[in-house]
Amino acid sequence: MSKVSIVSPLPGTFYRRPSPDEPPYKDVHDEVTEGDVIGLIEVMKSFHEVKADAAGKISAFLVENEEAVMAGQALVELDE
Amino acid sequence: MSLRDEPPLTIRKLLVANRGEIAVRIIRSAREMGMRTIQVYSDADADMPAVSMADEAVNIGPPQAARSYLNREALVEAAGATGADAVHPGYGFLAEDAEFADAVESAGLRFVGPSAETIRQMGDKARARTLALQAGVPTVPGSTGTIDSVEAGLAIAGEIGFPVMIKAAGGGGGRGIRVALNPAEFSHQAPQARAEARAAFGDDSLYIEKVIGNANHIEVQILGDGERAIHFFERECSLQRRRQKLWEEAPSVNLPQEVRVDLCASAVKLAESVGYRGAGTVEFLCDKQAGDYYFIEMNTRIQVEHPVTEMVTGFDLVREMLSIAAGRPLEISQRDVVTKGHSIEVRLNAEDPARNFLPSPGVVESLNVPNGPGVRFDGAIYPGYTIPPFYDSLLGKLIVWDSDREAALARLARALDEFELEGVSTTRSLFQALVDNEDIRSGQFDTHWLEKWLQQAYPQAAAL
Repeated sequence: MSKVSIVSPLPGTFYRRPSPDEPPYKDVHDEVTEGDVIGLIEVMKSFHEVKADAAGKISAFLVENEEAVMAGQALVELDE
Repeated sequence: MSLRDEPPLTIRKLLVANRGEIAVRIIRSAREMGMRTIQVYSDADADMPAVSMADEAVNIGPPQAARSYLNREALVEAAGATGADAVHPGYGFLAEDAEFADAVESAGLRFVGPSAETIRQMGDKARARTLALQAGVPTVPGSTGTIDSVEAGLAIAGEIGFPVMIKAAGGGGGRGIRVALNPAEFSHQAPQARAEARAAFGDDSLYIEKVIGNANHIEVQILGDGERAIHFFERECSLQRRRQKLWEEAPSVNLPQEVRVDLCASAVKLAESVGYRGAGTVEFLCDKQAGDYYFIEMNTRIQVEHPVTEMVTGFDLVREMLSIAAGRPLEISQRDVVTKGHSIEVRLNAEDPARNFLPSPGVVESLNVPNGPGVRFDGAIYPGYTIPPFYDSLLGKLIVWDSDREAALARLARALDEFELEGVSTTRSLFQALVDNEDIRSGQFDTHWLEKWLQQAYPQAAAL
């Protein structure tokens, strides 16, 4: 089993939930398929979905909810 | 109270509770008035120009606004620790936060803005409508106060006629608005609007306004000292995308003189009726065909587009705000305020108009700021500066003045050509196209014009 990561396409703030009142898009151990939304990046007050570009099972979130991230920074680790 | 108990009519040390270009703008006026300035900054903003311009700088926390520029405790603590005697909130962030105004004043400092009570009154947009009505200012046909139920809302919508806007009382500035074209849409949208308002503003009260078609967004700048208020004429702010202004002018090309007189008098009446203190803006929708105007909301802060008013009237509005905050009465009389010539401001944002205004943070690799007669640039960038992704995308405001509108447009075109920035995308190309547009040149635009034009100008952007 190899590990891959999903990276942030933009710099900004990472959110795991669509809004503070809703459950996270994904949790550890969830299966994801390509195109699944795994979180949001807030950049300059606009929100952009982060979509998985690989399929697999989430082994870890590498970034906390509401943490600042750089473009290209790994957000999620998947077991392929 | 004996004279000795009165605070001195001066501010010695001003804390700037904001960032970017407005922080620079405030520091400039404060310095001219002999004040020492303290600039707060987040971890992402140590390199911003206001930090090096101010006499002192204080770190207030991590990059995320919620943990820095929106952190009331951190800001009040910074003010206390540095011995500030006043706090200027700028615009956005906590500028219209009554709790912050209260916290600043409870700490024994002056808040550069109206009282917390005024902020509360005007921040509740339904209550503001009622205050306007009471002051005899025309409001958009709609509900008296908030609506209790979908049924009550439907009844009002039926009376005033569709389409109607369902607005969150806690919203404002274009946020928390839905449009319903008919009763079925209304019944569907009202509960959603209520849930959204609760989540976004912590207040689920809603009110209703009729949609005014073919209207212009025209706002009046006012200053008050708690008793007397005066106006500084209007700004034309109809060119908006997603209810965010991109291009502003003074005076408005869409306002007949007799309507201008009434409109400005209305704004002063409303301000005086609430004992307004500081700088504020009364926003109206104007139907230029019918010559009607309607109050929509009052903003209790200095606005992004205030420079066009400064250019045509010659007053420094931030200086006047600081003077009023220091406890001095308004020293300008209404007849001293006259306008001369025409001014236009465009907002240079780090966004790509061809890609649906995708934000473009990053490094400013090179920069040429326009200059010369009648040109002003209120910015906060320099070559090598990294624009952080955490805040809004405004890089700077390009403002021009000339003797009339046609000359101002020519000057704007020239200044836009001089503006060069490499490293990130900007909205310059959008304004270069607009400045040559026939509708813009002839003043044939309303609040919907820009979005329609954008769909034609960037047909591929919508698909992105």
